[in-house]
Amino acid sequence: MSDLDAFRADVRAWLEANCPPEMREPVRDEGDVCWGGRKWVFKNGAQKAWLEACVAKGYTVPDWPKPYGGAGLSPEETKILRQEMKRINARSPLDSFGIWMLGPALLQFGTEEQKVHYLNQIARGEIRWCQGYSEPGSGSDLVSLQTFGEDRGDHWVVNGSKIWTSYADKADWIFCLVRTDKANKYQGITFMLFDMESKGVTTKPILLISGNSPFCETFFDDVEVPKTQFVGQVNRGWDVAKYLLGHEREMISGGGAGGDMVSIGGAFAKTFGKNAAGELDDPILRAEMAAFDVDVFAYRAMGERFMDMWKTGRAHPASSNMMKYVGTELNKRRHELVMAGGGSEALEWDSEESKGGARARTWLRTKANSIEGGTSEVMLNVIAKRILDLPGA
Amino acid sequence: MPLYHNDDQTMLKDSVAPFVAEQAPVSHLRQLRDSADATGFSRELWAQFTKMGLPGMLVPEAHGGLGMGHIEAGIVLEEIGRNLTPSPFLSTGVGAVAALAKAGGTQAERWLPAIAGGEAIIALAIDEGAKHRPDRIATSATRAGNGFRLDGKKSFVLHGHVADMSIVAAKTDGGITLFAVPKDAKGLTADPRRLVDSSLASHVTLDGVEVDADAVIGEVDAGGDILDALLAATRTGAAAEMVGVGQGAMDMTVTYLKERKQFGKLIGEFQGLQHRAAHLYGEMEVARATVMKAQQLLDEGSEGAKLMVSVAKAKAGRAANLAVREGVQMHGGIGMTDEYDIGLYMKRDRALAEYMGDVHYHIDQVARMNGY
Repeated sequence: MSDLDAFRADVRAWLEANCPPEMREPVRDEGDVCWGGRKWVFKNGAQKAWLEACVAKGYTVPDWPKPYGGAGLSPEETKILRQEMKRINARSPLDSFGIWMLGPALLQFGTEEQKVHYLNQIARGEIRWCQGYSEPGSGSDLVSLQTFGEDRGDHWVVNGSKIWTSYADKADWIFCLVRTDKANKYQGITFMLFDMESKGVTTKPILLISGNSPFCETFFDDVEVPKTQFVGQVNRGWDVAKYLLGHEREMISGGGAGGDMVSIGGAFAKTFGKNAAGELDDPILRAEMAAFDVDVFAYRAMGERFMDMWKTGRAHPASSNMMKYVGTELNKRRHELVMAGGGSEALEWDSEESKGGARARTWLRTKANSIEGGTSEVMLNVIAKRILDLPGA
Repeated sequence: MPLYHNDDQTMLKDSVAPFVAEQAPVSHLRQLRDSADATGFSRELWAQFTKMGLPGMLVPEAHGGLGMGHIEAGIVLEEIGRNLTPSPFLSTGVGAVAALAKAGGTQAERWLPAIAGGEAIIALAIDEGAKHRPDRIATSATRAGNGFRLDGKKSFVLHGHVADMSIVAAKTDGGITLFAVPKDAKGLTADPRRLVDSSLASHVTLDGVEVDADAVIGEVDAGGDILDALLAATRTGAAAEMVGVGQGAMDMTVTYLKERKQFGKLIGEFQGLQHRAAHLYGEMEVARATVMKAQQLLDEGSEGAKLMVSVAKAKAGRAANLAVREGVQMHGGIGMTDEYDIGLYMKRDRALAEYMGDVHYHIDQVARMNGY
């Protein structure tokens, strides 16, 4: 038996012993996704036990080094762990922007002290982070951001506002892009870290077309940030931000960009019935769904190839932009078909049968997929410039 | 197994790519076309392929081949696609080998070493009408004397007029049976037609063709699985070739965007074209990954291979089609001229798209395999 086979056997046995049955059920509502943090209330004992078991093993962040709370797994081992978790439908023990975004930035740019301190907090689910990037006047053109940190010797005084801060009202700390030099566009931004309970921080949820409020506006009114709390170098936060955006796209690419990566057609046979030949009894919709399924299965192969190449340094550094573009457009298409498949039932907004309008709300939510984290148009710009090397892009 | 080429496969690509580009670039296709070549490919080039061991790549080592897999064959096919090289590699070295190796027995022993040695060209006589419908084979094989009598018509038989042997799918009492029909069989006629891409495909007539019992590939009535193996290999191969066609067209087009000036600017500076080129890049990358996944599943003998093969043929079909259409459009007027190569890519893509099931056929298959 090879080392990897032995590892797989160990993982399988460990999961069998440690993943509670409740944590192998599909996620039903938001409370089923564990985000951790100071304000987190575990939905049940199983959720808590599963998190604690994974924390002890380093499996909330399996590929991070052990001193920072990870398990120090190789890319191959990490892939095996994910496969084995998927095999038993194990839920993710902990989801967070700390794991997906800040962590990778700290691993790349943080001091040793910062890594030990912040990464362990993230790995243990102790601190929930949010991201302060976009501003009301700075969306796709992020580098035009205006939130300003005035130098007061040993600290900055930050004023301004951020928008689209995911779960800012539930987060403990924020990683935030703040202008520290007004004369220098790209080299005048610092990547700061501070407590959301700091004096002068307020948040206001934004009501979306889905009827939900996963995002906030966040206001900074003379917020004092000690000059020890930044990543990388002062005025060079754009380097960190760019790296992190790449990582965000990678994360979206490797995980959720394509949404639920399963066949869509079979699910609607109940609504439409099947004809004598066993075909979904709406030939045009069947054809559209089947064409969509081809793209889903194709994208699944792309995701596997992308991750295999990315983890081993073979991928083009900008290829995550392609993954994000293709995957998010695919997921929007899926939910158009889900709505078409559901017919008038899928229009219901708050009935019990519709699970509180889950289909309609999810359909609306997916429209943001190709806006957040860089719009599809920005992705295409990046591909044109960095991969195809087209002129003047 | 990771979904990228390993070191050996990369080495293979590094030797095959320059070989095909030097020995059989697009000008080679033009030369055959303009001389009204009656064979459909260059036998000299096939001899060179043989020196490199390419016809026998998929042939098991016990039969004198290299015992490689579909990933490796796909590397060769992608280069054939990129250079629009006329070659019997797909039908002979991939489709026929897959069927014979799956079946084993007399015909495998007879033909596999000959294929590996570059001595045999094999044609695949499957289709019977304008569209690929392998589940509706009407060609019949009835028992006669020591063997069978074959009657029917086959179409879109690439290399049918020069093949040393044709694999003929026919209906027998209890199912489908595949037959190895030698070129000199009485009652067998092949009427070659020049196709849009300058290749030659035959209408084959089987008029009371008598074959011995040992002409059966595998077992009587049990040809379904062997036909499936043939189809899976050929479809995946055609998909790999389409990735090459699409990539070749895309590379040529992106280069053109960096050279052509209008309104005082390189046309590649216009966002309208940039976004379309970037979208095409994504589609081509997805198609490439999909084809590689299908190749990998076939090599592993995985149950999921069948679904992925249809996904690959459909996805590669869509992506390559986009590449050649955008290619002609972005080249503008010169894209419509015979002098420029981009139009030749469009023609080859059309023929490959139709071969062994088009996009629509395979989309339908994907629906069926998913229970709707």
